[in-house]
Amino acid sequence: MAEVLVYVDHVDGAVRKPTLELLTLARRVGEPVAVALGNGAGDTAAALAEHGAVKVLTHEAAEYGDYLVVPKVDALQAAVAAVSPAAVLVPSSAEGKEIAARLALRLGSGIITDAVDLEAGDEGPVATQSVFAAAFTTKSRVSKGTPVITVKPNSAAVEAAPAAGAVEALSVTFSAAATGTKVTSRTPRESTGRPELTEAAIVVSGGRGVNGAENFAIIEALADSLGAAVGASRAAVDAGWYPHTNQVGQTGKSVSPQLYIASGISGAIQHRAGMQTSKTIVAINKDAEAPIFELVDYGVVGDLFDVVPQLTEEVKTRKG
Amino acid sequence: MSLRIVVTVKYVPDATGDRHFADDLTVDRDDVDGLLSELDEYAVEQALQISENSDDDVEVTVLTVGPEDAKDALRKALSMGADKAIHVEDDDLHGTDAIGTSLVLAKAVEKAGYDLVVSGMASTDGTMGVVPALLAERLGVPQVTLLSEVSVEDGVVKGRRDGDSATEQLEASLPAVVSVTDQSGEARYPSFKGIMAAKKKPVESWDLSDLDIDEDEVGLENAYTVVESAAERPARTAGTIVKDEGEGGKQLAEFLAGQKFI
Ligand SMILES: Cc1cc2nc3c(=O)[nH]c(=O)nc-3n(C[C@H](O)[C@H](O)[C@H](O)COP(=O)(O)OP(=O)(O)OC[C@H]3O[C@@H](n4cnc5c(N)ncnc54)[C@H](O)[C@@H]3O)c2cc1C
Repeated sequence: MAEVLVYVDHVDGAVRKPTLELLTLARRVGEPVAVALGNGAGDTAAALAEHGAVKVLTHEAAEYGDYLVVPKVDALQAAVAAVSPAAVLVPSSAEGKEIAARLALRLGSGIITDAVDLEAGDEGPVATQSVFAAAFTTKSRVSKGTPVITVKPNSAAVEAAPAAGAVEALSVTFSAAATGTKVTSRTPRESTGRPELTEAAIVVSGGRGVNGAENFAIIEALADSLGAAVGASRAAVDAGWYPHTNQVGQTGKSVSPQLYIASGISGAIQHRAGMQTSKTIVAINKDAEAPIFELVDYGVVGDLFDVVPQLTEEVKTRKG
Repeated sequence: MSLRIVVTVKYVPDATGDRHFADDLTVDRDDVDGLLSELDEYAVEQALQISENSDDDVEVTVLTVGPEDAKDALRKALSMGADKAIHVEDDDLHGTDAIGTSLVLAKAVEKAGYDLVVSGMASTDGTMGVVPALLAERLGVPQVTLLSEVSVEDGVVKGRRDGDSATEQLEASLPAVVSVTDQSGEARYPSFKGIMAAKKKPVESWDLSDLDIDEDEVGLENAYTVVESAAERPARTAGTIVKDEGEGGKQLAEFLAGQKFI
């Protein structure tokens, strides 16, 4: 069977969940060969093997941390040359898309970004995308070169599928462009102890209706009672009430959880763009006419300062 | 010293309109009003700020690839304060994908002459967010992208990138390609004076032959991807909506329990 390259998103060897989802999708199209780069690359092998990687190509070098994007493109290009894969799959993070784009250009290949599903097809993998703020679903395929496809988090289930996961050192020669953009400092995001926004099964978001940074405590309390991640609308972020890393929407994160709870969010098209593919949508808004109610499975017209704390208490009681 | 900045902008269908696909599965541009992509306004804004904060002789050129109407996007950018504009227009460009568009932009940027290219973080219609990276790859210059803060001094561009798992400070020598996010600072509104002045600013029109691009390098026929189908997402079935009469939180909990979330 043809091999499929999977770019591994990991933090010092800890593989992030979207990569494991990619392995599930990769197995539909071929045999997954993972590519892990940078500090801790070798430590990824066990998790990758458990989820179906037949091989893990690794390369550690300071360049991956010291320079932006290009060293990783050089490495993936080397991996493509070594493996001649049927496709290359990359997680749809901001960086993942940039890596994928430059790789596609070098390979003379087409690129599809932000796929939410992937199937094998007669003429190569067929990717499903959700476009125009999720108003449409398209199916596309790459028609030239080795398909390069980026896939959004929560697009597939993580499945155990033990495979060999044999570690092989990848040989990489960096291009002249590799050291073009220097990363002069890096401040890792502080962990909140809550699930990663894009990976969470439940997301609880607050908007302008939350009316103040201090009031986000009630959104966080609900999130914690449900084991959820916290999101925010751009209005709440622009007001300085919550960090931009938690913004949901077109210019923030795109989430697709099992359950999305919007409180004090009107449901503007740019917000919908980031949450409309959520399985179950719930909203609390004091305006019965708010467009968010067009999307909901369950909505409560009311003041979030009454409804949210009551919900949190009830969740806690039920969970015992 | 002089600094030549080229800002790439896109004319897009209004996101609040009823966007859909044409019969050939390209974005229908006829039935929805178009405008300068809001995310490119941030790019114009940052270019103008770099210009205003510089002691150098700075020229800001806005560049678009698109149909006749795309001139509206250029006019808006000129009325914000850009100095001149370039419009690449050619019938053969219809349906060109991101890879093809990056080729046209790269050739146009080279022909215009540049020290710095500034782009928005993504378009508001295609939303791929890959054109700046593609442009840097094609031009063979550093990519300094997704910046929420940017500055240029002594031939070096610096900026802050709020990445997926960390905040990074980046630095590269010019020439370079930069993209800025909507966190980079509110874009200015064109003043009346700006709107009047824009009418007199030069707009050059180039076609593919001006850029030495063959018609078989662009267009729908030569795209690197094929859209096989586009279907409107079925409307979500109408949900249950209750008015809070004091028990709203409890009712919601009951619903969540029924769905096995609690
Ligand atoms: C290019 C571009 C990109 C954008 N990207 C994003 C993005 O990524 N994410 C995003 O979210 N937005 C984005 N926006 C902004 C978007 O258009 C909206 O302005 C924004 O989503 C509004 O946020 P909101 O719903 O919190 O605020 P509002 O629209 O002001 O809505 C607040 C809601 O809270 C309700 N409310 C108020 N008080 C209470 C209360 N006590 N109890 C219950 N309900 C209450 C009100 O009835 C109202 O419906 C973008 C815009 C542009 C132009």
